[in-house]
Amino acid sequence: MQELINRAKELLADGTVARVLGWKAGDLPYNPEPAYFEKEEDFENFVYNGFCGANLSKYMIEASKLEGKTLVCLKPCDTYSFNQLIKEHRVDREKAYIIGVGCKGKLDIEKIKGMGIKGIESISGAEITDGADTLTIQTLYGEKTCSYADAMLERCHVCKGKEHKIYDELIGESKETKDAERFDSVAAIEAMSPEEKFAFFQKELSKCIRCNACRNVCPACSCRKCVFDSNKFDSSQKANVDSFEEKMFHIIRAFHVAGRCTDCGECSRVCPQGIPLHLFNRKFIKDINEFYGEYQAGEDTDSRGPLTDFTFDDVEPGIVAERG
Amino acid sequence: MYKIAKENLAALFQLIAGSRELYLPVKVSGQVNFRAWSEDAEVDLDTLKTVKSPKDAFFPQSEDLYTCRKDGKKLTVEPEALKEQDFVVFGMKACDVKGVEVLDKVFLADPVDSFYAARREHGTIVAMACHEPEETCFCKVFGADCAEPVADVAVWMTGEELYWKSLTEKGDALTKSAESLLAEADAEDEKKVEEEKASIRGIVEKLPYSNLSLEGWNGEALNEKFNSELWEELYKPCLACGTCTFVCPTCQCYDIKDYDTGHGIKRYRCWDSCMYSDFTMMAHGNNRTSQMQRFRQRFMHKLVYFPANNDGMYSCVGCGRCVEKCPASLNIVKVIKSFQNQGGDK
Repeated sequence: MQELINRAKELLADGTVARVLGWKAGDLPYNPEPAYFEKEEDFENFVYNGFCGANLSKYMIEASKLEGKTLVCLKPCDTYSFNQLIKEHRVDREKAYIIGVGCKGKLDIEKIKGMGIKGIESISGAEITDGADTLTIQTLYGEKTCSYADAMLERCHVCKGKEHKIYDELIGESKETKDAERFDSVAAIEAMSPEEKFAFFQKELSKCIRCNACRNVCPACSCRKCVFDSNKFDSSQKANVDSFEEKMFHIIRAFHVAGRCTDCGECSRVCPQGIPLHLFNRKFIKDINEFYGEYQAGEDTDSRGPLTDFTFDDVEPGIVAERG
Repeated sequence: MYKIAKENLAALFQLIAGSRELYLPVKVSGQVNFRAWSEDAEVDLDTLKTVKSPKDAFFPQSEDLYTCRKDGKKLTVEPEALKEQDFVVFGMKACDVKGVEVLDKVFLADPVDSFYAARREHGTIVAMACHEPEETCFCKVFGADCAEPVADVAVWMTGEELYWKSLTEKGDALTKSAESLLAEADAEDEKKVEEEKASIRGIVEKLPYSNLSLEGWNGEALNEKFNSELWEELYKPCLACGTCTFVCPTCQCYDIKDYDTGHGIKRYRCWDSCMYSDFTMMAHGNNRTSQMQRFRQRFMHKLVYFPANNDGMYSCVGCGRCVEKCPASLNIVKVIKSFQNQGGDK
């Protein structure tokens, strides 16, 4: 982390960048927040550890409108989002100085608390430099431990890889964290009967509180004004009613980001009700792979997306009927 | 005081639900929220905080107000019926109960909100002491005592027993309806409850936020706080989602909307969030045009405007749900601390 801080200070001092976008230490051991650093003394609170899950690419949409370059710290998975945003002309590459930061998997405080660990006072083992595979957690109710892997976000278990897809320089080592197949969870749902699928999603989506956190954190949701925020939308779109969440909001959102979603997993990370929203997007990705050939959104900045392109090899629309 | 063995709680819930609607913490797909009791519901009284606060029981996130129907030249307006059925909310915490006090100030003041008033009239609150408070809790700062909640009935869960103490007439009525399952507590039991209270208070003293100072936050601080340059910095990571407002036990803003049913209009209200771009939208447009202004509104409302209008009562109760759930890890504690660090007058 010190190397990252030193380099950021250097680039700020020599005028290469006007500000640094990273994470500021929180007031609990696990709640750092995305933050801008503009002065040398701001860096006192700079932090980069296992709890820095936030994908800062989304913040670069606004930062691209600011005067001067913004140094942004991106993890390998965040760089896919950044590439995709370049492709969609939502961020300005010239306004970004990207430091690709190493990642050994990001932690999910909800998982830690889900193990019954509460009254947390301090956590060791979450630092990016720690080689430890175990988190040691001091709590008001005694010392607890859990394995780093068990506390990782779902997305880290199906990590797309250690490689940064776009960067100006790299700082820090990354670790392979993948220990599961990305599409297994989708296949498991595909194997269900229609009734089971419906019951599964109904149960999950009925928890939705329409807070829009999934949408607002999503790098693919970059519309200046979302259709669901329109006051001319003649529907009960603002009400928290099952009919809307279960049949409209999340489905429409999944359709809208199809082909552009990089599977960064932010939607599921931020959902206050723990809804596995990424499953929708991942289903689309799996289908796109099957219908149009392997495709990873955000892999590059200039290829044509499968859903915005036409080739004679494209699958015929009737495939849906044939597939049942 | 009465007591009941934990293993008999299922029978108690069944008994209560026989004569009243019963809402209590239920786990669905890994998340605990207040829901209506049913025989196959997975009741979870061990999880300290439900994701959403129980305020839905009195002020639901969405509710219909009335329906207009046009039939030829005849127009009929059918108001929704007010709550008439008695109900029990079991397992609210001291902070949640204090949240209802805040809502009372808003909805029971003139003009009285009849939908809310009917629910308050028919609702009985059974509040539970917090066996193991967590690091995100700061109810003490706002004057709540999670070791001894004040509601219609207060309960403590310790060891294998649940201890039950009625505090109001409504509480007495509920106790009476459940007395076949409640046993009289003796001096030994009273001692256990006192020990539990002492243990809870001991933990509260050790919580990291328990000594948070509210100095400088009051109804008189309006201009000084409103004009602070700090907001410009504090709001930046905010994603403008409504999580903090929707998990909050005191956020009371709502929007009223009309839904075109095709042959009439259904008028409903639903929680609004000051974080949303159409919050308090008027014909002339919106009087808060930036996210900084919307972000500032939330904290100014809780810590300055509300106390100014309600004899100093804050509209935060320190439940810590926003601390746990904000996707950008922002929260009211960080805001209060930031002003402290800056001397509060920057």
